[in-house]
Amino acid sequence: MWLLEQADAVAALPEILLAVLSLVLLMYGVFRKGDASDGVTIGALIALGLAALLVIGGGEGKALAFHGAFVVDTFARLMKVLALFGSAVAIALSVHFMRRDGSQRFEYPILILLATVGMMMMISANNLIALYMGLELQSLSLYVLAAINRDSARASEAGLKYFVLGALSSGMLLYGSSLVYGFTGSTAFPQIAESLTAHGAGVGLVFGLVFIIAGLAFKISAVPFHMWTPDVYEGAPTPVTAFFAAAPKVAAMALLIRVMVSAFGNVVPDWQQILIFVAIASMALGSFAAIGQNNIKRLLAYSSIGNMGYALVGLAAGTPEGVQGTVVYMMIYMIMTLGTFACVLAMRRRGHMVEEISDLAGLARNNKGLAFVFAMLMFSLAGIPPLAGFFGKYFVFLAAVKSGLYLLSVIGVVTSVIGAYYYLRIVKIIYFDEPAERFDAMDGEVRLVAYASGAFTVLFVLFANPLIELAAQAAKSLY
Amino acid sequence: MEIGLSHYLTVAAILFTIGIFGIFLNRKNVIVILMSVELMLLAVNINLVAFSTALGDLVGQVFALLVLTVAAGEAAIGLAILVTYFRNRGSIAVEDINMMKG
Repeated sequence: MWLLEQADAVAALPEILLAVLSLVLLMYGVFRKGDASDGVTIGALIALGLAALLVIGGGEGKALAFHGAFVVDTFARLMKVLALFGSAVAIALSVHFMRRDGSQRFEYPILILLATVGMMMMISANNLIALYMGLELQSLSLYVLAAINRDSARASEAGLKYFVLGALSSGMLLYGSSLVYGFTGSTAFPQIAESLTAHGAGVGLVFGLVFIIAGLAFKISAVPFHMWTPDVYEGAPTPVTAFFAAAPKVAAMALLIRVMVSAFGNVVPDWQQILIFVAIASMALGSFAAIGQNNIKRLLAYSSIGNMGYALVGLAAGTPEGVQGTVVYMMIYMIMTLGTFACVLAMRRRGHMVEEISDLAGLARNNKGLAFVFAMLMFSLAGIPPLAGFFGKYFVFLAAVKSGLYLLSVIGVVTSVIGAYYYLRIVKIIYFDEPAERFDAMDGEVRLVAYASGAFTVLFVLFANPLIELAAQAAKSLY
Repeated sequence: MEIGLSHYLTVAAILFTIGIFGIFLNRKNVIVILMSVELMLLAVNINLVAFSTALGDLVGQVFALLVLTVAAGEAAIGLAILVTYFRNRGSIAVEDINMMKG
């Protein structure tokens, strides 16, 4: 503890612990004779649990570390717990999949741990340098994860595409950061905000802001920087795709919220326009492009693009209510997505994964439980009350209407109706088409995640209040 | 003629644009894409160091050093992924990266 205090790093204890444990697990994996992947997987889950306990037990209020480059507040704590939870579920989902596939590697949980350290740094970043380091730690781990199945041509192609476009977006983010640094004279968010209050935003600064938003829009796969999403989702192994769709999206959205609110909170009109455009384009593309898809993973990729559009509607409102809406949306989105991917992982015949939507035909007659969960998740993604997805959309649109963004809300509701078409098509295929061959029996952890997520979406109404209150406190801690 | 901040910024902007065009217009080789990425990051470094000198503030140079370090790691990972890709497909031509549409 004395060392941590000397280094001004007390608030970063969970991140430090997680980084150290991931290195310990790496050494264990390398030096142990025989297959170490089971031990490393269990160790990784324990490490994530410990980090979550430290985050929750880290006290109330706001704490700074590393001379203000790192901030921990209620918002950071909530988002970190979400990211840790998403990573843990992604590790758990992979256990049987990787073993059956013969691609079981102890590096997989370790890479997820390192990516999670990156995400936690992103969520807590209070400085452009900290932002960049966290983002790169996360992205570099994700590039490798996408290509982790190195004998598969599709996985390595997915990894290559993700790497090239990810490096491009990091470059744009950096160029934007350098311009913001040059025109405000500081990389720390509070100082940037001060300088903007004193001098206002000039052309150079707005230029930098656009580049930063472009770089971050890539990470949350918002239009027009979404082109990698369908290919990477399709090519990467399914548990990796489940991971990509959940925790990194939460972390990148949290980072976008923090940059916009705490660094550029005084120049809302300058970024509001951009976010409104990005939100509309993402919602529209997410609902139209998904209609023609036959592969369920590609369809879910477009669905996640659309979902990021809805989440951005809340942030575009530029108010604490808007941020609260986005936080609630991301919570619900993450749990729905993990559940949906657990259902996709259950699509397995004679030991092989099947990924076509037509493979789901008549699932209701073969496996009533899975069919019901799948249908509920689809209804929830479509935003049908009283399921969880409806409340997510309700809060973001409410915030947008309160800030007078009527056009944005109307477009959002219309695209959500169009999007309902392809979600409902899946429900129709599951319940009314001629049954196809049975799926193999589900693995224990896949069943647990799918059913728990289904229960969450159906029963969300009952425990909505505490979660929404939590999101409100998180949003308040930013302003 | 005195060389000032705007000259450095112009050079950096030109290099950055060349880097972006190198990624999108190149139809031949993935290695060229890696070089273009590197070019973009170095353009950013010119920007950072120029601003750092103009502002009389060291943070920009620290940032530039960190960018250099991360760029090295990024190149290593990019080349590693490229090697696995080459083993699977036997080619690194950009036009062959087309197993999945998009």
